[in-house]
Amino acid sequence: MNLVCVKGENMIRRLLDIDKVSIRVQGAKKSTAHSVLVNSVSCHVNAGEVLAIIGANGAGKSTLLNAIAGDIAFTGNITIDGVSDQAKLRARQIAVLPQLSLLNFPYRVSEVVGLARIPHDSGRQRDDEIVQEALTLMDISYLSERLYTELSGGEKQRVQLARVFAQIWQQADAPNGTRLLLLDEPTAALDLGHQKLLMGAIRELASHGVAVVMVLHDINLAARYADKALALLCSERLAFGTIEQVITRQNIKSLFDVDVHIAQHPEHNSPVVIGL
Amino acid sequence: MHSVGQQQVFSNRAIVIGCACALLPISFFLALSFGTVSISFSDTLWSLLNSVIVSEPASGTGLISRTDLIVQQIRLPRALLAAVVGALLGICGATTQGLFRNPLADPSLIGVTAGASAGAALTIFFAGSLTSLSGLPGLGLVSIGAFVGGSIAVILVYSLATNTQGTSVATMLLAGIAITALAGSLTNILEFFGDEQILRRISLWRMGGLDGASYQRVAIAAIFGSIILVILPRFSTALNALLLGESEARHLGLSVQSIKIKLVLLVAAGVGISVALASTIAFIGLIIPHMIRLLIGPDHRYLLPISALGGAILLLLSDTIARTIVSPIELPVGLVTAILGAPFFISLLRRRHEFGMR
Repeated sequence: MNLVCVKGENMIRRLLDIDKVSIRVQGAKKSTAHSVLVNSVSCHVNAGEVLAIIGANGAGKSTLLNAIAGDIAFTGNITIDGVSDQAKLRARQIAVLPQLSLLNFPYRVSEVVGLARIPHDSGRQRDDEIVQEALTLMDISYLSERLYTELSGGEKQRVQLARVFAQIWQQADAPNGTRLLLLDEPTAALDLGHQKLLMGAIRELASHGVAVVMVLHDINLAARYADKALALLCSERLAFGTIEQVITRQNIKSLFDVDVHIAQHPEHNSPVVIGL
Repeated sequence: MHSVGQQQVFSNRAIVIGCACALLPISFFLALSFGTVSISFSDTLWSLLNSVIVSEPASGTGLISRTDLIVQQIRLPRALLAAVVGALLGICGATTQGLFRNPLADPSLIGVTAGASAGAALTIFFAGSLTSLSGLPGLGLVSIGAFVGGSIAVILVYSLATNTQGTSVATMLLAGIAITALAGSLTNILEFFGDEQILRRISLWRMGGLDGASYQRVAIAAIFGSIILVILPRFSTALNALLLGESEARHLGLSVQSIKIKLVLLVAAGVGISVALASTIAFIGLIIPHMIRLLIGPDHRYLLPISALGGAILLLLSDTIARTIVSPIELPVGLVTAILGAPFFISLLRRRHEFGMR
């Protein structure tokens, strides 16, 4: 089952391919400048890679992520290698963290994370184990029996993260070994320590063949932990490539209209953006 | 730490399930025993056993004793109807709240009950000349009318009040007011234009709460009710996932659109049948799921069946109170449930921020 891992490290598997994807406002009759949310964007992510989507508010980052998740209509092609056409099996391959969670029923934290196992047939005992492991990964096992509605924003976010992790926990559960994780601003509510914890967990998943796409506002987090970046400017692709190619002084200036200095990380050599 | 908490949840569930299972036969028995004529528990039990064991009532004498008449012919069908209707209202309330992702969504508050009433009245108006409407086919027809009316109401409220962000309480309740007003005026128009006979039928049906209970009504309630009571719990997992949000449920591999349509139709059928057979009974679908959720949490695998049990118990007890409190006059059971339910609803509305509602 561990197709990607067994076949060796030098085999590159293009897991997600986005080809000239355009998305319009639903119900818009004429295509005006305002009705195009994403305009002919292409990029790709290999298994084991982390892609960060960066850009200003309203640039189309979340819209593109929703299109990959299959929530909204688009033109162009989005190809996910080995994806199942059965909804239940696809749910074992693709997990999605929305920007905003709307849950307002008093579930226990362990029950929320347990919902992730709905598409799986791995048995109650294994499911419970995975839930506990995911809780531990997100440092919330002490909240396990608390009510979700009583948690703080950051705690809720970690519960939702544990949920999407638990959904694609094992490579063996995913048909064809295809695992794709889509995260919309996963660090938005997290403190510095838990941001680091989360990024570590994401890298760990990636090292097991998961392709990760995340929308990030923190450029330095993207630079430090992502393999590639896609910069969106006003619905269009400004740059796509390695971190060094995308996170440049000119690009940051075009994206956010902010002058910055790009330094080098003292330990990891990744670029560090310093606002001027 | 967590294992203690989990045990707590499980023991809570076990206690609540045990209590509900014990209370149902007790309240059923109370409903048979209490009334204008009080019958001792032993006589009630004896009469009940008689009706089960002896197929021909009082075959020896050719006469039915007064106790047997009251218990078997009057109170037993009424109690059976109350139990089934209560169970339907309880489970439909729990389902509606899950579907709307909103703990204040109750079929009687959001216009579904009113829509079902209007559907039933329309059926009586237009089909009254075709059938007598008292036999099985007539009752079946009225039930179908109520189902259609209820369906239209749920679909309207849902599409008005729900978007990807969930259901807004304000819009939902306002839509409920609008639909209730519209359905009420529709019924009034029918009464205005109907001839004397139709008028009489509609008003008879409207007044006929559980006191119109007959074995025919029990048969219809039992057939359709048990279908709904068996099918709805199969959607427990789907409802659990739907509480996360619609797109989240879709990402968990559920075909949300078709599940929503099925749930809406099942709720409309459940409410429609209860309206057709026992007229409007408010608030059971609100109180019961809430109490159960407070006790055992929102997991629909337990919430749905226990809400059905709880609804049956509450309606049996309410009906017993309605029959005995100012005996020999009978209060409409809807009055009792409303007196119990309205303060409950107001307190929920005041505390809605605790539930994270907008």
